[in-house]
Amino acid sequence: MEKEIICTVCPRGCHIKVVGDDKNVQSLEGYGCKRGVDYATAEFISPVRILTTTVKIDGNDADLLPVRSNKPLPKDKLFECMEIIRKTSVKLPIKQYDVVISNICDSGADIVASKSVL
Amino acid sequence: MYNINCDVAVIGGGPAGLAAAIAAKKEGAEKVLIIERDESLGGILQQCIHPGFGLTRFNEELTGPEYYSRFTEEVSSLGVEVLLNSMVLEVNDSEKTVICVNKEYGMTKVVAKSIVLAMGCRERTRANIVTPGTRPAGIYTAGSAQRLINRQNIMVGKKIVILGSGDIGMIMARRMTLEGANVVMVVELMDYLAGLTRNKVQCLDDFNIPLKTSHTITKIVGDKRVEGVYVAPVDENKKPILEKEEFVACDTVLFSVGLIPENELSKNAEVEICPVTNGPVVNQYMQTSKEAIFACGNVVHVNDLVDNVSAESEQAGKYAARLAMGSFPEKEKEIAVKTGRNVRYTCPHKLIKSNENEKVNLYFRVLAPEKSVKLIARCGEEIISSKKEYRVNPGEMNNLCIETAKISGNEIVIEALKEE
Ligand SMILES: Cc1cc2nc3c(=O)[nH]c(=O)nc-3n(C[C@H](O)[C@H](O)[C@H](O)COP(=O)(O)OP(=O)(O)OC[C@H]3O[C@@H](n4cnc5c(N)ncnc54)[C@H](O)[C@@H]3O)c2cc1C
Ligand code: SF4
Repeated sequence: MEKEIICTVCPRGCHIKVVGDDKNVQSLEGYGCKRGVDYATAEFISPVRILTTTVKIDGNDADLLPVRSNKPLPKDKLFECMEIIRKTSVKLPIKQYDVVISNICDSGADIVASKSVL
Repeated sequence: MYNINCDVAVIGGGPAGLAAAIAAKKEGAEKVLIIERDESLGGILQQCIHPGFGLTRFNEELTGPEYYSRFTEEVSSLGVEVLLNSMVLEVNDSEKTVICVNKEYGMTKVVAKSIVLAMGCRERTRANIVTPGTRPAGIYTAGSAQRLINRQNIMVGKKIVILGSGDIGMIMARRMTLEGANVVMVVELMDYLAGLTRNKVQCLDDFNIPLKTSHTITKIVGDKRVEGVYVAPVDENKKPILEKEEFVACDTVLFSVGLIPENELSKNAEVEICPVTNGPVVNQYMQTSKEAIFACGNVVHVNDLVDNVSAESEQAGKYAARLAMGSFPEKEKEIAVKTGRNVRYTCPHKLIKSNENEKVNLYFRVLAPEKSVKLIARCGEEIISSKKEYRVNPGEMNNLCIETAKISGNEIVIEALKEE
């Protein structure tokens, strides 16, 4: 498998060509520095992203609580996580970083409040 | 009329106003007041629930609410005063007053020793760029769609075309996809991306959303609701090639075609405005052409990174406090900052040589993307600061650090030179 990955670690944005299979990287080309090697390897084998969205607040239709994953999640689980978050609502008061959903989709990451709403 | 006295009055409680107020207080100003029209502090970051804030300042990837809450907490612990639900109507330089309407007190007059403008910016709309066609429902600016979805729980559409590859448009492409909408494409007039590369990778590529550079929307069709748009490639002169026009079905169009600093108040106070940025002309203290009026954040020039906004606003707050306390640097000479090869504008626009040697961070944007570039600041032929960049892009701000003691003559030229 071959894939072109744009490094987003610094503004230079190197286009790195990665060759490998599901578990291993065989070769990397086009990186400008060591950080790009780490980034492209992780991105090739198991790309992860921070997920941010909102959840409903019980008894308050006008307001939403912004939430985030406290760790990056596997990219291919984002939609599955969204399904669960969509069905969730919270009770007030809630403090910043309070856990809203723990270990979402068995990812090891929690969905937490991005801000306090008292 | 209700009256309030203070040392430093800050207009706007977004990231710029918050950082300025905190810096003013820390510098020693006794009474610092933030005047904000919204019911809460945080500015535009309240609707920016996505990550990508604070990478430079805090070395962490924060969401908008996390970023501003670090500042609002400091605002309350330091005892900065805040006047919410207060729309500022007028800034008067000669009387050093700010007139606002407050929900509780009605018309209110704030008398200050110095004033900081931090009103942010607003979005360019369809009217600003003139797109032909009908006027059906389903047309939004990307930022207003962001506010509706993230703060008011209103989904704007199901099948979406976005005009403009600015950061807000790309971020909304991801947001709406995650919420189950189908973002058909992002259409960009220029032959390069308007926003940050990071956002293209994480917001478009991740979801296989096509980016059509050198294309534009030629027409919007639909009777009551948008039914689709015509999209065509453009030639070198940015004129649509109509033979290649294609119909794209959609129910919603988002415009992400740039931001304009919000400067009605500044103009009425007769602050000098830079025709390129549409914001006040400032020196390194973020002081405008009026001695007691300072400005910072998106009201001065549109920033892509809030981290830069915070840094520049701290300067504004610090020097507004020093002016209020009578300890402002003594001006020896004013130096004009000129734009040279491939530089669109600089901020600050001028530098003051004072009795203090200062290290000034000079921000600027290039006109066109280029690779292998040397950024220089020169006085005549003498280079006083330089730095190499592998790539420069109008969407990403550049900067050079300048020591004011090294400046000779009456002007500095900033250039992006091509390296062989
Ligand atoms: C949609 C969007 C997405 C962004 N994404 C990112 C990102 O991912 N990463 C990043 O680093 N940066 C991002 N930015 C940039 C960053 O958010 C801005 O640079 C920053 O918010 C600018 O701060 P500000 O305080 O100048 O303006 P604002 O945040 O706009 O604050 C201005 C404040 O002034 C108030 N105000 C205006 N006029 C008046 C008046 N007459 N009276 C009283 N109050 C008034 C407003 O209500 C508002 O609260 C984004 C910006 C936008 C718009
Ligand atoms: S590989 Fe290194 S130089 Fe290239 S974009 Fe990544 S971090 Fe920057």
